[in-house]
Amino acid sequence: MPTANTEEENSKSELQKNHGGGGGFTRWAVVAVIFRLALIYFPGNLNLSSRPEVSTPLTSIRRLAEGYWLKQSSMSPYAGSMYHGSPLLLSVLGPLTVKRIEGQPSHILCSLVFVLADLISSILIRATGRKLQIAYRKSLKSLNLLNKSTDSGALSSGDIAALVYLWNPFTIVACVGLSTSPVENLFTILTLYGAATGLAPLAAFGWVMATHLSLYPAILIIPVNLSYSGSWFYPPAPLSPEYTYAPPSKLFRSKEHGKVGDGKSSQEIIFSWRRVFHLLVWTSLWSVYVLVLCSISVKQHGSLQEMFQRTYGFILTVEDLSPNIGVLWYFFAEVFDFFRDFFLIVFHSNILFMILPLAIRLKHRPCFLAFVYIAISSMLKSYPSVGDSALYLGLLGLFLDELADMQFSFFLFCGYVGVSLLSPVMHNLWIWRGTGNANFYYATAMAYACFQIVLVVESVSSMLNHDRKLTKLSTSKLQK
Amino acid sequence: MTIQIRKGKRATEPQCLGSQRSLNSEDLLFPNQTGDSKAAVYFQLSNGRFRPPPAHRLIAHHIVDTIAPIFFRVSRTMWLPLRLTLLLLFLLLSPRALLRSGSAAVVSGEEEEFHEELLLKPLPDRKVLAHFHFHSIAPPSKSNGRHHHLFPKAISQLVLFPSSVPFAMWSDLDLILNFLFRLLNNCFSSSRKYDVFLIVFALIGVIVGEFLSFGQVQKFRVKEMELSFTQGRWNYERWGGFDPISSNNAKPPGVELWAVFDVPEDQVDAYWKNLTNSLSGLFCASINFLESSTMYSAPKWSFRITPGRLRYGTLPREAVCTENLTPWLKLLPCRDKAGLAALLDRPSIYKGFYHSQRLYLTSNASVPAETVSGISLEQTLTVVLQPNSPSSSSIHSGESNFQPSWSLSSIFGRKISGKCVLAQSSIVYLQLEKSIFSEQKDNMDNGPNSLASEGFAGGSGFEMSLDPDIVIEEENQSQHKGSSVLYGFWVEKYNESQPFDLGLKWKYPVFWSSRQAPLHASRFLMGSGNERGAIAILFKSANSADSSSGSRHVSDGCELQVDVFQVVPWYIKVYYHSLQIFVDDEAKPIGDFVHKIQVSPSKDKTSPGMMEMLLKLPCDVRSAALTLEFDKGFLHIDEYPPDANQGYDIPSAVISFPSFHSVMHLLSNDSIRKSPLLSRFQEKNRVQSYTEVLLVPLTTPDFSMPYNVITITCTVFALFFGSLLNVLRRRVGEEERYLKAGKKKGWLRVLLSRLLAKLRGKPMEEPDQPSSESAPLIGKKLVLKVILVAVLAVAWQFYST
Repeated sequence: MPTANTEEENSKSELQKNHGGGGGFTRWAVVAVIFRLALIYFPGNLNLSSRPEVSTPLTSIRRLAEGYWLKQSSMSPYAGSMYHGSPLLLSVLGPLTVKRIEGQPSHILCSLVFVLADLISSILIRATGRKLQIAYRKSLKSLNLLNKSTDSGALSSGDIAALVYLWNPFTIVACVGLSTSPVENLFTILTLYGAATGLAPLAAFGWVMATHLSLYPAILIIPVNLSYSGSWFYPPAPLSPEYTYAPPSKLFRSKEHGKVGDGKSSQEIIFSWRRVFHLLVWTSLWSVYVLVLCSISVKQHGSLQEMFQRTYGFILTVEDLSPNIGVLWYFFAEVFDFFRDFFLIVFHSNILFMILPLAIRLKHRPCFLAFVYIAISSMLKSYPSVGDSALYLGLLGLFLDELADMQFSFFLFCGYVGVSLLSPVMHNLWIWRGTGNANFYYATAMAYACFQIVLVVESVSSMLNHDRKLTKLSTSKLQK
Repeated sequence: MTIQIRKGKRATEPQCLGSQRSLNSEDLLFPNQTGDSKAAVYFQLSNGRFRPPPAHRLIAHHIVDTIAPIFFRVSRTMWLPLRLTLLLLFLLLSPRALLRSGSAAVVSGEEEEFHEELLLKPLPDRKVLAHFHFHSIAPPSKSNGRHHHLFPKAISQLVLFPSSVPFAMWSDLDLILNFLFRLLNNCFSSSRKYDVFLIVFALIGVIVGEFLSFGQVQKFRVKEMELSFTQGRWNYERWGGFDPISSNNAKPPGVELWAVFDVPEDQVDAYWKNLTNSLSGLFCASINFLESSTMYSAPKWSFRITPGRLRYGTLPREAVCTENLTPWLKLLPCRDKAGLAALLDRPSIYKGFYHSQRLYLTSNASVPAETVSGISLEQTLTVVLQPNSPSSSSIHSGESNFQPSWSLSSIFGRKISGKCVLAQSSIVYLQLEKSIFSEQKDNMDNGPNSLASEGFAGGSGFEMSLDPDIVIEEENQSQHKGSSVLYGFWVEKYNESQPFDLGLKWKYPVFWSSRQAPLHASRFLMGSGNERGAIAILFKSANSADSSSGSRHVSDGCELQVDVFQVVPWYIKVYYHSLQIFVDDEAKPIGDFVHKIQVSPSKDKTSPGMMEMLLKLPCDVRSAALTLEFDKGFLHIDEYPPDANQGYDIPSAVISFPSFHSVMHLLSNDSIRKSPLLSRFQEKNRVQSYTEVLLVPLTTPDFSMPYNVITITCTVFALFFGSLLNVLRRRVGEEERYLKAGKKKGWLRVLLSRLLAKLRGKPMEEPDQPSSESAPLIGKKLVLKVILVAVLAVAWQFYST
């Protein structure tokens, strides 16, 4: 135990030494916040809040304001089909939408909340990244591979991820455009942070809130469980030829037994059902709490059933066919009504189908697994926005070291830039000028989906390759 | 399907001007009811249902005409059982029928009434307003059942009350009997025995039909209903916005229907659907589109003051034409063959600037205590026409000065040759503004002449071709402006030889302006593009002088109350929180002016958005504007109409002024009390106006794309699924191991083979032999495979072409 502690201390100090602490990060983070505030005060109305890329029917602040107005005029906020968000968000953000400060732009308070959410998210990402890196280094050390993969970057991957999240134009646009996705992202990141640091209540709270806000983070329960219940602190299990069909931690157990000779570590390695149970208890506690809160806030004019119908039902049945950067809107605007239910099932199950194969293959990397899940759901969800992309692009920075030799990264970068420039142009041509038609915009959405697919597939593939490389190195070292 | 019907209708629109073919062909189906009772045809088919003539007449006739010969013939035949049955049937039924006929004769003191009236009014902008008013009243008689002399049965069915249902059943029995006996008559005269079956079937059919109609009676239960078909837009600024005609008869373009039902609240929607469908059939219009819940709303207080189970729906784009007018005319007892309706020459009506036919039905039949009027049906037709003045050549010289002179024959191309025989009263009114006279007085300085003498004596600025029978003056109560004089003409004095042809000739140029509503409301769209926009309702003070001097009698603080009722279809997603109010071009807090607001927001594909608002504006307001932002919805490809790029209509908003009433205070007179038109004018109705219909263009998807979109999207999904799964199941490590194992094995095998070779003492050629042997085998297989593929390809090519 003391040895482990000292190891951790050592690696921490090493990190501090190597990367010059958080000075650079703090500076850049402050600049990012100032940049956001400057954009909020930007005199010309950018009208970002009504862009289809930024605000979806689920995250639009205008719809939230309408829901709040309906609630204030003693009707159910879900009366009519305007608001589809959570009642808790409504009671927190709703009063802020109507509060005006003289001489300030409208919705200034909401903007400040979103800026704060972004800042907290980036700090949490940074902390998660540190935790991840410590674990990574520890595992490498245990395999005696540390010298092999010393990174030469000025900042650690956690710092980079946090800065990528803060400075990503998608994040900035989502924050300034007053969509509620910064808040949703905050809770998703909180889940990951809680899981990474082993704080069961925090992880459970984050997961419950994120699921409550946007449903799709529900699938994160698997990586959270994996991470919390033991796999996290243990290095990637190399797929050595000897251990292909054996539990991946076997190698390390043998390794650690040989090296440290501590019985406790071997006990920790086992996937602990007790911890899963612990987490589930916390999850159910928080769920009950959130449900009670919701029922209190909708009690006056509606019911929980109406809430679920209007939020989850709206997400699952793709009722709103207004264009967005996803793939489903045009499909369901054009598909024959007879097949609508069938395709709804097929498309939603596409997300679910991928859960198990990914979980089996990446169970030793829960954080990366979570990243892949988030990327997939933000690609295939009913009403995607750039805020969702911002989240997984930020998380991608966490795996900078592992994904160093990822293919097509330049191509992907160019693709993202190109699509994000073309998509507003096509939208303008179609909606505002009337010179283009829907296919133009749909084509950019398709291209965007393809780029996201390539990103997911390539990152998974290079992560697996990285593990293979580690295995190779460790086996060759073992054989020496 | 239904959309195509609509389109078809629109396509026929250009032809319908002047086409009277349909009218004539339908006339053949409906022989004149007014003819001699002996020659009356008993079976009139009206919308597939029997339409009986008056009950007591009918019974008397069938007893006299049919039964006697039947008895005679029956006695000649040998069909005893049948005869007995018939006799039994007759004995069973006839006393009741006879009783009923007697009672009907007794009650006949309570007559059904029909009045026809026409109001003519020159408008300030050189046009003429003609307002036809036909009023039918059916007394609340239980005895009468479903039979009416004058009242259209199709309409009376809409209000039939439950208590009359059994009577209705019985009252049709004479009809059944008549039918049966006629059939029997035929049967015996032709002496074909198998006709008995026909009779039995007919009997069954009649009874079944009777029961079906028994069910149908319960379908409507309308308490109050108004249906209007309008083409063109009422010009509130020029034609007036305060008088009873503009408040009651100016209607939004297209079809407007509202109805109050006498049923429990949860059944109103079902009854509304029945009503729309039956009216759709009755008036040959696509009113059945109002059946869907996205098309109608239930205003609480802003549309009508009286609360009730009200449903309101409009079809702004309905094309109104003769095909709607003909069924409307069919409801009149004289149709357009006699009386005032004979003026309704289709080409001249549809040539006009505004044309609105309206049907207003009230019944207090459901309240048994009220014995006043059972069902009252008010049919009005309001047209604004441009008289083609004979001096059209002088338009350029003195166009603005002279009002055009006109006569009935020059406007309608027809003359009135006597009244409708069935009408209680038949009067033509000419309404003139009083301000004309005052002006003339100023001009002419004629001295204090009384209006009556002045009007038709020809001493004033105009000349009427006929002498009025009555002159009615509006009482000046509140203000001098807007009050008017009515000249009445009895049409019954005229006949074929001396037709009624009222003419008006102006001698001097005159100017006047119609009385305006306190605020003139207009509505427009703001914003561009197909993503979002805003609706603005703008109120402008009609004339500042008027509002400053008069109409101040509201209350302390002087507030101008304005009710706004607006229905918005669901694909216009209105943000009600974005409501802004600008008073005198300044943004003001909403709470200061919006006294009461009720919103039922739209639900996608379920219900339209409805907004009711009570504004209280200061009296000296010059202009006020309301703006509401909205997002445009995106529809499924099937929800677009065939002409999707034309845009969608937002129905007119209804603006009413609860504290202002459009009422004419006429000097009460016996003749006025008799006249339904004038008594209607004297009713206190609040001033009401409709705004413009808005046309909102919506974005369309590519209608030719469904297959492409399905295939492309599915391809992307397949790409995702396939490539990700491929990455996951690819195992480089395993491959390596396999390779290694293979190498090991090979090495072992080599070793073994060497060992074997050494043991046998032979050089190692064995591994080569099988390979050399297997090579041609694989080659054969390969060739076979290639041939198979080629054959398949050829076959495919052959069959696919």
